[in-house]
Amino acid sequence: MATAIAEPTGRAVIEEAHPQSFLRKYLFSTDHKVIAAQFLFYTLFFLMIGGLLAVLMRQQIAWPTEPLTLGGILPETMVAKATDGAYMLPEFYNALVTMHGSVMVFLAIMPMLVGVWANFLIPLQLGAHDMAFPRLNMLSFWTMVPAGILTLASFFVVGGAAGAGWTLYAPLSARPDLTGVEMGQILWLIALVFVGLSSILGSVNYITTVINMRAPGMTWFRMPLTVWALFITAILGLLAMPVLSAAGIMLIFDQTIGTSFFIPSNAAGDALSGQPLLWQHLFWFFGHPEVYILILPAMGFTSEILAVGSRKPVFGYKAMVWALISIAFLGFIVWGHHMFQSGMNPALGLAFTVSTLFIAVPSAIKTFNWMGTMWRGNLQLHSAMLFAVGFVAMFAIGGLSGVFMASTPVDIYIHDTYFIVAHIHYVLFGGSLFALFGAIYFWFPKMFGRMMNETLGKIHFWLTLVLFNVVFFPMHGVGMAGMMRRIYDWTGYQHLEGIGATNQIITIAAVGLFASGFLFAFNFFWSIWKGEKAPDNPWGASTLEWSVPSPPKHGNWSEIPVVYHGPHEYSHPDVTDKDWLGQNERPDVVTPAAGSH
Amino acid sequence: MDWSLPPNFSTHGDVIDQLFWIILGLTGLAFVLVEGGIIWFLVRYRGTPSRRAHYTHGSNRLEVVWTVIPAVIIVVLGGYSAMVWDDIKNENKFPEDALEFTVIGKQFEWNVVYPGVDEVLGTSDDFEVRNQFHFPAGENVIVNLRSEDVIHSFFIPELRVKQDAVPGMDNIRIWFDSREPGQFEIACAELCGLGHYRMEASVTAHARADFDAWQASQVAENGGE
Amino acid sequence: MRFDYRSRVAAALLTGVLYAACGGSDGGDADAGNGESGGEAAAEVAAIDPSTVGTISGTINFSGDAPAMEAIDMSAEPDCAAGFGDEGPMMQSVVVNGGGLANVFVYLSAGVMDAPAPYGAATLDQTNCRYAPHVMGVQAGQTIEITNSDNLLHNINATPTENRGFNISQPRAGITSRQSFAVAEVMVPLRCDVHGWMEAFVGVVDHPYFGVSGDGGMFTISNVPAGTYTMTAWHEQYGTMGMEVTVTAGETTMADFDHTGLQMAGHLVGEPLVIHHGSDEVVFNRAQQ
Repeated sequence: MATAIAEPTGRAVIEEAHPQSFLRKYLFSTDHKVIAAQFLFYTLFFLMIGGLLAVLMRQQIAWPTEPLTLGGILPETMVAKATDGAYMLPEFYNALVTMHGSVMVFLAIMPMLVGVWANFLIPLQLGAHDMAFPRLNMLSFWTMVPAGILTLASFFVVGGAAGAGWTLYAPLSARPDLTGVEMGQILWLIALVFVGLSSILGSVNYITTVINMRAPGMTWFRMPLTVWALFITAILGLLAMPVLSAAGIMLIFDQTIGTSFFIPSNAAGDALSGQPLLWQHLFWFFGHPEVYILILPAMGFTSEILAVGSRKPVFGYKAMVWALISIAFLGFIVWGHHMFQSGMNPALGLAFTVSTLFIAVPSAIKTFNWMGTMWRGNLQLHSAMLFAVGFVAMFAIGGLSGVFMASTPVDIYIHDTYFIVAHIHYVLFGGSLFALFGAIYFWFPKMFGRMMNETLGKIHFWLTLVLFNVVFFPMHGVGMAGMMRRIYDWTGYQHLEGIGATNQIITIAAVGLFASGFLFAFNFFWSIWKGEKAPDNPWGASTLEWSVPSPPKHGNWSEIPVVYHGPHEYSHPDVTDKDWLGQNERPDVVTPAAGSH
Repeated sequence: MDWSLPPNFSTHGDVIDQLFWIILGLTGLAFVLVEGGIIWFLVRYRGTPSRRAHYTHGSNRLEVVWTVIPAVIIVVLGGYSAMVWDDIKNENKFPEDALEFTVIGKQFEWNVVYPGVDEVLGTSDDFEVRNQFHFPAGENVIVNLRSEDVIHSFFIPELRVKQDAVPGMDNIRIWFDSREPGQFEIACAELCGLGHYRMEASVTAHARADFDAWQASQVAENGGE
Repeated sequence: MRFDYRSRVAAALLTGVLYAACGGSDGGDADAGNGESGGEAAAEVAAIDPSTVGTISGTINFSGDAPAMEAIDMSAEPDCAAGFGDEGPMMQSVVVNGGGLANVFVYLSAGVMDAPAPYGAATLDQTNCRYAPHVMGVQAGQTIEITNSDNLLHNINATPTENRGFNISQPRAGITSRQSFAVAEVMVPLRCDVHGWMEAFVGVVDHPYFGVSGDGGMFTISNVPAGTYTMTAWHEQYGTMGMEVTVTAGETTMADFDHTGLQMAGHLVGEPLVIHHGSDEVVFNRAQQ
């Protein structure tokens, strides 16, 4: 893995004044841009792993009674070899369900949103030389490495990888005798503690940098929305990740040294009685802010790219900031909506319904403001813009389907069905991942000094958009039919008789969706070496990172810029030679004071 | 392709389904507005070098409009949801005349404890049947839900009932009915281990006379104990 | 349990290697071993000189009223129940036929000086939602081939105390899994969580000198080197009994256990059981969980 990271990043960094060893420059670098690139390669690799797990899982769902294609190459802990082929084992299916979710959330999407882009963009967009704590920053990447290795290793230990779901509900996750999984679960929990550590280290760094290292004139309300989103996300991470880490360590203790935080006495047979719902409260107290950790940065990227692509200022910048803040705040008081059917006192349902439904308000504000940004714009439909528009369109669906769950009586029926699976994928794939693809197409030139191929990018967008919807939209229907989540074989249920064809269509599209990722990967790697040389500001964007060379040199600025304008000044009537106004240029032009309009 | 809710047999199901379709209507409308708007903007404002975008930082009035409208809808929806939820889940509103059963989930079986002919649980004529839940249609049913090992979820799609069974929590009770006789299944909706997908029990809502006859046959079989 | 675990360090993972190194056989040879005669197969391959070994043979006599076998309620599993006649499926915990108690695991519990390495695989089948056999013995490290003959899901959840447990599934017919236990342990319970009545017991010992009583209570342990041993009989409800036995080369030693059913049937499962046999008084627990 180390070499895979080192080679491509070598192109990202231009020569520095003072010589450094190869290791210091590419591997154990403290340059935020190199660390961002390291995170990018790491997370793209795990994005592929997560996708592969999903494709395997989908094959089982579509043809639950058939042998697995190429199943024969898998070890006996994963498949059972019969005379007519190799059949996937239910315990391996559970491991796929668990590790697909875990890998995607913790090793792909979250570090890609935060590890990559907070690292890359915060110093560049704020006009800083680097992060506040460069060594801490390096450490936050290198703590992710053991997490990844442990995760991969867990598939090959006796008993296989963790199989209790990414939500790790106790006591299933705490008692190896009930799952047959012992080492796999422990390895994953240790990996999770590493992820938590990395995230906390990163968050401290991002928060400090944003507070202390803004360039002169970069007031709070002149910060790009991306930085705002990443800043709020870092606060969420700092408050939420320690809860998960602590809960994870308690779960490891339950597994290994005989504590019973989450194991009730009538199950474990000992005198100390734990409480399974305590795990759910701790997990979701982390888990719901986590959902916003996974979406707020994506909202930031989208706002930024939509403004650039529409050649217009962000519609209602200040409302966007307040919406981010209120989503983050509400995110801490809605965790119970994951637990309506959990046995929690039903009276609590009311409070969590209200707080949950209220999240729809800032979400609606953001959606309408994004549309407002596009309204009467001059839309430049390059790949990044397409993915940003795709984000708005898909996130809207994910947000609207969330209303069903927030209504507690409806949740009785759709809880733990594929309706939820559809919902979370519209938010995390249609939302977060679309925005991430947009962000990669958008900032790739700045990161690597070359342009990605636009034609391939557009093909990738349309394939992704169409196949994504063919995969996930029908899941609403399958969920309405009552298909439960995480079932290895649904053919034994009378109420699920009619869903076979739908499941097969979903799977075929899912294979296509996975394959379209390789088109992206080809474009990505090809462009690193062979892409067209990027100008400093290929998109005509106004934020600070576009005022330095592509890629920026070590230290970013020889002289710290001075900021005069808000972050998204496009098509200003007083600027006639071009349709954008850099944050650090033309102090003579009058732009609206922070956020007013 | 079967993309709809399964046929509903329960009283609670009516109002749950009604809420589902109301929300689908509201969100469907929002869906059409948002997606239609995006597509229209994409076509209408597609970039040309000759045109310049309209310079604006937003509109307070518009933003207030699209803050208040969702908020009002949400308050109404939330209030109605909370009332329905309370009617279904509040134990103080459970009917007095309901017939009570205990259902114990374990990896990977549902064991049903029947109250017997005296219709009272905890008496000597109780009997237990594995993976078969029989009850009289048209009568209120209360299930005391327990688990022996891990969390399971008691889900009967046609009756619109779902509730987790949690080990260590013996106070979880659910109330439902089936207005018509019918044949359903209990599915486990919460991942409970490698046999989760097969944790399935048959559910039979009988006409009262049939239920009595079935119960008598069970009592005869278990008579020796 | 009073065993010296000579091979405690052996890991379950090494079983395959041991198997190949010691037997070097293919699947055809492995079929020679099964639950009741696996020990014999192992002895045979070591080419033991018949002039040095003898045989122990006997019956587990059961006096008193045999308890009626309990019926299994398979009504919710028509596929399982289809394999049984009019009387339907019965539990296998206490099977008395003609005064003999079946499913008793008999093994040499002390006095074995040296034992050949395990050879061949023992087999355990799941058919009509019951284990066949219900009680079996294996040598530590010996492969157990677990097969599903039912076209539905079974899981095999082994909960030993000395060995590494496992919990694996077999979702359809025709699947065979290979497992083993590294150190001696009498008995290892196996159960299927999908079908709550399914239970089997595996006696893991360090040598091949064991047997399981069949229908009628008969058991045989062959190829035992001449010498004096303590022999123990284990039953899942009635606990354990021991006796001294002396094996003479080239001869069959008769050794019967007499279960006084009346005396013992009253004991609840899991309670300590005191069995008087000759001059020995031995206190045992039901070897489970």
